Amino acid sequence: MYLFAQVQPVPRDIPLPLPMPEWILILLLIISFLLHILFINLMIGGTALEIIAQVLGLKDKKYDALAREIASTITVNKSLAVVLGVAPLLIINTLYTIYFYSANALTGWAFISVIPLVATAFLILYYHKYNWDNFENKKKLHIAILSTAFLIFMFVPLIFLSNINLMLFPDKWGEVSGFISSVFLWNVIPRYFHFLAGTMAVTGLFIVWYFGRKKYPFEERLHGFTREEIKRKGYQITFWVTVSQIVWGPLLFFTLPWRGVTWELAYIIIAGIIFALAALHFIYKEIKSVNPGRYLLLIIILITITVSCMGFGRQTYRENVIAPHKVMIKEKTQQYYPM
Amino acid sequence: MFHMDFFGDRMLIAVIAIVHVIINHALAVGFLPIVTLMEYRGYKLKKLGDAESEKWDELGYKLMFFAFVITTSIGALTGVGIWFSTALVSPASIGSLIRVFFSAWFFEWVIFMLEVIFIMIYFLTWKKSRVDIKSKRNHVRVGAVLSGFSWLTMAIIVGILGFMMDTGSWTQNKTLLDGFFNPIYLVQLAFRTPMAFVMGGAVALFLTLYHLKKHTEFRTKVLRNLNLWMFLWTPHVFAAGIYYYYKIPELMLGNITVAIGTQAFQNWYDSFLYSLLALIIVSMLVNIWTVLKPKWTSKYLMLFTLFIVLFTMGTFERVREFIRKPYVLEEYMYSNQLRVEDYSKYKQDGILVHAVYAKYSVVTDLNKIEAGKDVFMIACSRCHTVAGVNSVVNKFENLFSPNGEPLDKTKMQQYIPVMEKARYFMPPFPGNNAEADALVDFIISEQYSRNYINGAQSTGVDISKQQSEVLKN
Repeated sequence: MYLFAQVQPVPRDIPLPLPMPEWILILLLIISFLLHILFINLMIGGTALEIIAQVLGLKDKKYDALAREIASTITVNKSLAVVLGVAPLLIINTLYTIYFYSANALTGWAFISVIPLVATAFLILYYHKYNWDNFENKKKLHIAILSTAFLIFMFVPLIFLSNINLMLFPDKWGEVSGFISSVFLWNVIPRYFHFLAGTMAVTGLFIVWYFGRKKYPFEERLHGFTREEIKRKGYQITFWVTVSQIVWGPLLFFTLPWRGVTWELAYIIIAGIIFALAALHFIYKEIKSVNPGRYLLLIIILITITVSCMGFGRQTYRENVIAPHKVMIKEKTQQYYPM
Repeated sequence: MFHMDFFGDRMLIAVIAIVHVIINHALAVGFLPIVTLMEYRGYKLKKLGDAESEKWDELGYKLMFFAFVITTSIGALTGVGIWFSTALVSPASIGSLIRVFFSAWFFEWVIFMLEVIFIMIYFLTWKKSRVDIKSKRNHVRVGAVLSGFSWLTMAIIVGILGFMMDTGSWTQNKTLLDGFFNPIYLVQLAFRTPMAFVMGGAVALFLTLYHLKKHTEFRTKVLRNLNLWMFLWTPHVFAAGIYYYYKIPELMLGNITVAIGTQAFQNWYDSFLYSLLALIIVSMLVNIWTVLKPKWTSKYLMLFTLFIVLFTMGTFERVREFIRKPYVLEEYMYSNQLRVEDYSKYKQDGILVHAVYAKYSVVTDLNKIEAGKDVFMIACSRCHTVAGVNSVVNKFENLFSPNGEPLDKTKMQQYIPVMEKARYFMPPFPGNNAEADALVDFIISEQYSRNYINGAQSTGVDISKQQSEVLKN
């Protein structure tokens, strides 16, 4: 019987109290994580759009200028992404010490490789951006350089997702041996595509806002485009990738181990979907509008609510799925280190 | 447990942390004030209508470009890398530190975030600030604020670094302030501040030589100014270094009662003094030389100076790491991640029975070598490897078989239970006698084979049956 049962280790927690009430830490975790992921989205999505614009720029110069403009946003967004990542990292270390450290150790090589990989990607981005004119006659090479940074950006989320997924399932810690085996656990892959679609959706809205600002000297920098055209393109990206969540969302939900799924979680996710549908409705109106931009603020609010619902849903699932194990750890710790 | 048997686990943290410290001190804390002063000089000259204004401004911009690219890529990522590597190698100690210093770190993060925002504003608006004198004045102010934030992040982190060496009154009161204002805090901050300024000056000198053409009056002027900067701060480094040199043993040697331990401490400690003297002499000579013979100052000379400065900083960090042994958190946790107060339990019951990730809970004649491997992973692997850097097999060979003869089991068995008396920097062996025997057998089995052993990241983990539960769906 024991041979076929799933065994989960029950380590002892660190015998020091949490530095502040758990609910404050959880709230801070959700807020800081969403802020971090916003800029991660803009960094990855921006790089993807920059590549597309540069490729289109091979035939039509105006797209090359657009790519250059997008590049200038990535410089800022990527730095904010890193700095805003420190807070959720610190909090997850504090709140889920045993879970996070166990998953880190089991995916150790991949986990630590994030550091040199991202540092390299950043240096490539700088090289690409600050040598734009030097590659005027070697555009394909210039695009290839940017693509290496993009590939790194595409790979790194997979490491984080496998890690953050693995920490939820102590019963799998004894089965996993390295990063590759953790990637194929349940819902990592659907979660990855769900994340990528979200990334492009957020970036599409960013494009609408950034190039639509009155202060932005559009005519001076982007000859051959109109503001409306760029705004519409941004909305179209957001619209279609959000529609694609019809596939990724349910795939993610139904590949989650059911022991963490509750009605509370379902309500949170359904609420998120309703706000997303409302956002889609207004995005569609904007695409069809002659002068798009009227509903941008409303759309951003609706999408923010959707993303917040997903953030809370993610946290709810996490707490649900590890709840019995947390009790075991607490009992073990109290028994081991009686206060 | 995560384990790298080739380089050793300590090396992972050391490489990432030292790169980060060098970037932080040499390109942020010590460098940003220099760039700001250059821009300020340009601004003052611009107000007077002096044409040299643009040269100062342009040089400041070029230096800032380098600082911006490196600090926001390698600098930022190695900062995160310290979190990642400590989480892998020293989870219990970093987990404990976070619980004590959460508020300090959270505050530091806010300051760090402001620093990054200001560094972006400062660099990315530099060219725009040239439009008029008012914009330039505001831009210089941003530089000054940025320099302040940069120093402040260091001032917070130093509190935590000091705590690791001397926990002060925290062990009794366990409050954040008791931990933060530990006895080593100000001593270390007093050293790091001028050291960072000298490091920044050395980098700025090197980059200036790289950017400016030879034999120009402007180049001579910049070199003289940068030398003056270094010349002013070097005596502070010396004074603070000497203060640190005499103060630390007073604070840290209290626990070392064994003469041989004191001697080992002194040897390590003297290496810091020698590198400090080398820095002072080289730095002063180069400064004087550059002021007297600016035309003869070469990039190579500055590269050498830069090397000496970085070497001194590296030695300082290395000595700091070494002298806190056998603890990772003084008097609270040993460097093998085991808490001091849990030792009696481990000694009595054995360490394996308390281990969550171990194949066997009790040593038997049949499992001795495998159990010994688990004991090695728990008790030794944070500092030692089997076949790589700081190999435990090499250590025993150096002690008991200098000519490669088979290791003497009896001598090893006698040595392990009392090793901390001979090597003050070693934590005591945490397990029982059977586990010490198993460890000895494991080490002997590796004497001639030297197999690299894998950590959890490569081969997964064995879960102890005693420390696990069956999942109930």
